[in-house]
Amino acid sequence: MVTDVLTASVPAAGRKTRSELSQQRLRAARWFLVPMLVALSVVAGWPLARSIYFSFTDASLNDLYGAEFIGFGNYLRWTVLDSGVVRYRGTLADPAWWNAVWNTMRFAVLSVSIEAVLGMLVALVLNAEFRGRGIVRAAILIPWAIPTIVSAKMWAWMLNDQFGILNDLGMRLGLLSQKVAWTASADTAMTAVLIVDIWKTTPFMALLILAGLQMIPKDIYEAADIDGVHPVKQFFKITLPLVRPALMVAIIFRILDALRIFDLIYVLTPNSAATKTMSVISRENLFDFDNFAYGSAQSTLLFLIIAILTILYIWLGKVRFDGGDR
Amino acid sequence: MKINKLLVGLLTSVTLVGGAAQAAELSMVSGDTGTGLAFLQSQLDRFEEQTGHTVTIVPMPSSTSDQFGQYRLWLAAGNQDIDVYQTDVIWAPQLADQFLDLTEAAADVVGAHFPSIIESQTVDGKLVALPAFTDAPALFYRTDLLEKHGKQVPTTWEEMTATAQEIMDAERAEGNAEMYGFVFQGNAYEGLTCNALEWVKSYGGGQVVEADGTISINNPQAAAAIDMAASWIGTISPEGNLAYQEEEARGVWQLGNAVFMRNWPYAYALSNSDDSAVKGKYDVAPLPAGTGEGAGSAATLGGWNVAVSKYSPDPEAAIELALFLASPEVQKERAIEQSNLPTIEALYSDADVLAASPFMADWLEIFQNAVPRPSAPTKANYNEVSSLFWSAVHNTLSGNGTAAENLELLEADLTDLKGDAW
Repeated sequence: MVTDVLTASVPAAGRKTRSELSQQRLRAARWFLVPMLVALSVVAGWPLARSIYFSFTDASLNDLYGAEFIGFGNYLRWTVLDSGVVRYRGTLADPAWWNAVWNTMRFAVLSVSIEAVLGMLVALVLNAEFRGRGIVRAAILIPWAIPTIVSAKMWAWMLNDQFGILNDLGMRLGLLSQKVAWTASADTAMTAVLIVDIWKTTPFMALLILAGLQMIPKDIYEAADIDGVHPVKQFFKITLPLVRPALMVAIIFRILDALRIFDLIYVLTPNSAATKTMSVISRENLFDFDNFAYGSAQSTLLFLIIAILTILYIWLGKVRFDGGDR
Repeated sequence: MKINKLLVGLLTSVTLVGGAAQAAELSMVSGDTGTGLAFLQSQLDRFEEQTGHTVTIVPMPSSTSDQFGQYRLWLAAGNQDIDVYQTDVIWAPQLADQFLDLTEAAADVVGAHFPSIIESQTVDGKLVALPAFTDAPALFYRTDLLEKHGKQVPTTWEEMTATAQEIMDAERAEGNAEMYGFVFQGNAYEGLTCNALEWVKSYGGGQVVEADGTISINNPQAAAAIDMAASWIGTISPEGNLAYQEEEARGVWQLGNAVFMRNWPYAYALSNSDDSAVKGKYDVAPLPAGTGEGAGSAATLGGWNVAVSKYSPDPEAAIELALFLASPEVQKERAIEQSNLPTIEALYSDADVLAASPFMADWLEIFQNAVPRPSAPTKANYNEVSSLFWSAVHNTLSGNGTAAENLELLEADLTDLKGDAW
């Protein structure tokens, strides 16, 4: 992703005149990219290649190096029984996997859309001039600054059915008729995960949108005020179109994050089928069940799904990463 | 004081000069409940004093499922940082390749331990781990409440359900709104496998996968047992029980908010601590029996062991530590301070042990008849079998399908997993 940003902006700078100077800068830029590309290929490229390789083998954690190549068996294989019935096996025929895919998609769509709306509201408030704005801006970032494991554990206690403060408050205020076991019951487990994720990442969304809002020139609003345009119309006709590039970039960061969610769910509701995501299920197969190759196949599918969705999003949303208008 | 220290110093130097052991730096992992880590530290201090080695504890989460994933990863990577692992009784067949054979080192001491426990830690003739303590759960009950409401200690699950409901209703009517009848381990994890295995076995429903590898779980008694447990949720047990592990259940119990609790003996000593609301107001009994053909009381065999990593840079010192932790001295202190069940038969008639944990006299028989989880017949697949089983039970408890429906699906899944053979 980072490479795209940089490589896309370099030709844009040198497009008009291919002078000696700009060519020199282009060469320098390439050299500056080298350490990052090396680092990326070591920490991201190599592990990715390894897990793709393992997904085509029968590797197990007790014997990683003696793995043999078995083709697409971990993805899909079938046997025809004597009765003529075809039995499909492998990740692509595994209902637990598709349940995890569905959970992940549901989580990503719900959390990112709620975070985008809330983040926009927060950003609009923070963009207004008021006393103590600096302090509020800093304070709102606190949830984002807390490590996920810590905030997940903290919320697990707050959501606890017997000792949790949420149930206590709800009962005292009369909002709840009885204590709710948020993380235990399949109906509320996803809601609990969503609440924590939204609490945690709305500040991030707000910050990125705020950066976009501050780039909008004030005089446009003055002109609109003079023409007597209603504030709501101003938002939809001026603010939203102008902040759109920043918003789109913020959303894609969050989608990437949401699709690979692991830590929050692992701490909050580790084994609940209602919240098991693609990352959680592949970890389970990789380490707990000793299906290392099978788990690798799931990781590879996870990578492919995220890649395809990202490409689709960038293409359909006409996202540009240089911050320019469309 | 000074003379004592001097003596200790002299003795240590004598052992060092005697060349009995080179001082080594060891680390061991332990995920424990309650005050387990503090206890372990006190024992390790003694070990350090005796041997001159230093031992660092790496604390881990108390959930056995969480620990297992991490250990498997470390061992697969040949991690040299951890010398000694504290292992669950069910792990031996899955991790046997990664641990040292202790047969020779422990030749003199294995005879003192119960043969069944040594057998459970022996894989293909290799002694994978030494037992530190064994575990068989108990029904904790509130003596004061049973007396107040004129009830007997229940001997069947049905009786337990009725008594729990009655006392809970009566206590709530008196304004104790937080009161529940029964708490157990209902989270979707290994602990639920233990709980559910007890229900199924006590109803005569077999033990999920039998010793010969047959999948036996889909039967009417097993379904009746799990349906009974499902009826507790939202009545005598809180909804949140679906997310409780050992420590959450103990939390509710120790605040005085439950009439009954199913838990391991470690909770016995902790419930008697000074800040406990149930101090002096409880006792333990064997778990209730089911009803129907082949019914009886059943307890899942638990217990923890110490194993030495084959990647340990200092195996001799590590084996020394493992032998120390399994020794009668440590097991005795463990029995007194942690109320963990010893694996050495002689300790069950030890006066000091029985003074601290009087219930242990009765426990000898209970754990000798305890049901093992099907880790031996299912071998490397055990974790997946257990996960499928606890998921089916958790679904039933949460009201997703009846026990009969879920057990039928479970049987199909287990058959797929088994293939031709485990």
